[in-house]
Amino acid sequence: MSGNQTLNDVVMPQLAESLVSATIAKWLKQPGDTIEQYEPICEVITDKVNAEIPSTIEGVMAELIAEEGQKVDVGQIICRIAVTTAATSPSTTEVNTSGNVQRVVESASANASVGDTSMRNRYSPAVQTLAAEHNVNLQAVQGTGMGGRITRKDVLAYVENAASSRSEVNNTVQSGKESQSPFQGLPHANPAVSPEQYIQASPAATRNQSGLHMTETPKIPTVEVEDSHGRSETLIDVTPLRNAIATNMRQSVSEIPHAWTTIEVDVTNLVLLRNKLKDEFKRREGYNLTYLAFLLKAVVNAIKDYPIMNSVWAVNKIIVKRDINISLAVGTEDSVMTPVIKQADQKNIAGLAREIEELASKTRQGKLKLDDMQGGTFTVNNTGSFGSILSYPIINYPQAAILTFESIVKRPVVINDMIAVRSMANICLSLDHRILDGVICGRFLQRVKENVEGYTLDTKVY
Amino acid sequence: MAVMEYIDAIRLAMKEEMEKDENVFILGEDVGVKGGVFTTTKGLQAQFGEDRVMDTPLAESAIAGVAIGAAMVGMKPIAEMQYCDFMLPATNQIISEAAKIRYRSNNDWNCPIVVRAPIGGGVFGGLYHSQCAESIFFGTPGLKIVAPFTAYDAKGLLKAAIHDPDPVLYFENKKCYKMIKGDVPLDDYTVPIGEANMLREGSDITVIGYSMPLHFCLQAAEELEAEEGITARILDLRTLQPLDKNAIIESVRHTGKVLIVHEDNKTGGVGAEVSAIISEECLFELDAPIMRLCSPDVPAMPISPTMEKFYMLTKDKVKEAMRQLAIY
Repeated sequence: MSGNQTLNDVVMPQLAESLVSATIAKWLKQPGDTIEQYEPICEVITDKVNAEIPSTIEGVMAELIAEEGQKVDVGQIICRIAVTTAATSPSTTEVNTSGNVQRVVESASANASVGDTSMRNRYSPAVQTLAAEHNVNLQAVQGTGMGGRITRKDVLAYVENAASSRSEVNNTVQSGKESQSPFQGLPHANPAVSPEQYIQASPAATRNQSGLHMTETPKIPTVEVEDSHGRSETLIDVTPLRNAIATNMRQSVSEIPHAWTTIEVDVTNLVLLRNKLKDEFKRREGYNLTYLAFLLKAVVNAIKDYPIMNSVWAVNKIIVKRDINISLAVGTEDSVMTPVIKQADQKNIAGLAREIEELASKTRQGKLKLDDMQGGTFTVNNTGSFGSILSYPIINYPQAAILTFESIVKRPVVINDMIAVRSMANICLSLDHRILDGVICGRFLQRVKENVEGYTLDTKVY
Repeated sequence: MAVMEYIDAIRLAMKEEMEKDENVFILGEDVGVKGGVFTTTKGLQAQFGEDRVMDTPLAESAIAGVAIGAAMVGMKPIAEMQYCDFMLPATNQIISEAAKIRYRSNNDWNCPIVVRAPIGGGVFGGLYHSQCAESIFFGTPGLKIVAPFTAYDAKGLLKAAIHDPDPVLYFENKKCYKMIKGDVPLDDYTVPIGEANMLREGSDITVIGYSMPLHFCLQAAEELEAEEGITARILDLRTLQPLDKNAIIESVRHTGKVLIVHEDNKTGGVGAEVSAIISEECLFELDAPIMRLCSPDVPAMPISPTMEKFYMLTKDKVKEAMRQLAIY
């Protein structure tokens, strides 16, 4: 490192008020890369979302401190960026002292073994007490303290050593270990300071212990194949995202008493309406008019009539949320995210279709921001998109309910004692039975049903 | 068992005691409608009514005085001082009245008050919101002083303080409120006043402290053990008055090297008394000079963030002191 460079610590920023830690997902800059101001240096995962951390300074990435996959507390150093400055400053040494524990150990042990012996003949009360008690000639004891001082532990170790050497004479010369000991050649090897402590001073050992080995392959997501007795098993490391999903699901299932109900909806008119509009819509807007948009509108309007669906259990009270923010479950190959359509009650069907399109594509590209994930009050999952006809969803904690929209299937249905072929779909609802009961949910689902079945060829999407 | 924040544990202790004993009541500035400036008493007025969670005028002397009077006729008041910095107008009531009633009346009267006051800095609070007042009251016979550091102790000590027949000052650390979380049993338990708590075993050095800085001590001890093989024995005093002398002496005997850590300033602090006890009782067991790591003797907590950082203890400062003692 040249003299006119300074190293700047980059710390994990406070991405949201309640956040105490975040996981490094991916380093976007490697040591040696140049960095512009505001350029992203890494991706982090928090609360089920990816965010990028921009650099606040211009410079060159000097050192990555946090590993990919590592959970870092807010305020902890994640990397260092070297900045070239005109004036030479002493800050390089400053960085060294703050970061380098090893050096202190080395100098401390160096002190102990050679050089300064100014404290060699200064005995503390504890040392004198012990020496008198065990009849130890202090001149024979090797001091490991500051300035060669004999510490209380040195005397204890000496006493113990003398006892063991008396019982096992042969063991006193441990040629293998002796040759590694920093006390080699001195009259008494000092068992109070084990060889391991000195080995620690070597960089490799320290790295392994601290887990900050930069050349190590990142932990996520490693797949290992373990061969045991001819049958192999695949081990998949749990990614931070997987872990977040697991935690949330477990919390929801263990805290919320779930109940489940389902209704059948005739969506024939909706199918006709969408078929009429979809090509023209796609041409004009550039994205698809999905069934989900119509369903969301129907659900949001039903929530307006039954606001208790939009609530949270808060132990001694129930908080009914004013804004209707719909969390949309969006699945990817290996995860599920629930980005939020904010104030869904303020949007028309076309607006909802646009939001759905945006959030789904952001999810697939891994571009969701923390803000996209927060504030949901009710979750809708379009399970029909993967062919399901019935599901028992887990509530998106701490909301009160989750609704799924199942596959649209053509079925013979009895209408006015005649059999007709109609497009039918199931809508399933899991509810927090602490807040909601059967009657209110039944009414709510009936309202959703009325809303969905109420779509006609004249319904406007704008 | 539930994992909860330190502040929730304090609130839960008050709630449980108020549900159990109708003589327990809270008084203080903004404790009622607002639920306390830190939300320590949030929801309690709604549950117990205005008569049991009373908003008072901005007069700490009156808060303490009213509490003392009520206590003497059988009530169990919990008086909240919004910040311990504001507590000084009440010192006369606390030191000259509450502390001395039992002695002065030859055991005819007693004064079971609890005075809760948040201590500590590092919250960008400056002069009037960051002080540690324990040394002002420390050394006043007749007062008990506790300063919990974990959520478990916060609840258990507050309940013990409420049960105690004599005045107890309960110093809660405002930086711990949200920072410290831990398992807290939901049942009725107390942490006995007057008993220190061994947080960690070790053979190289002994660290004695109380309140928030113990958090740093524990972190530093873990790091020192992992990085340099230095093991530290850590003793949480928990009760500052009366000090658990036996626990202090016992913890010193194991290592002969003692570091005393607290956020209150060094001169005349609790550490001075602990140090004096050790030198009276443990001379022949000492292997190094007794060390103290405390805030500097300057008049006030600076408001400038840089200077506040300089003033406050940190994990790194504690770690360096522990290392110096270990290699002595």
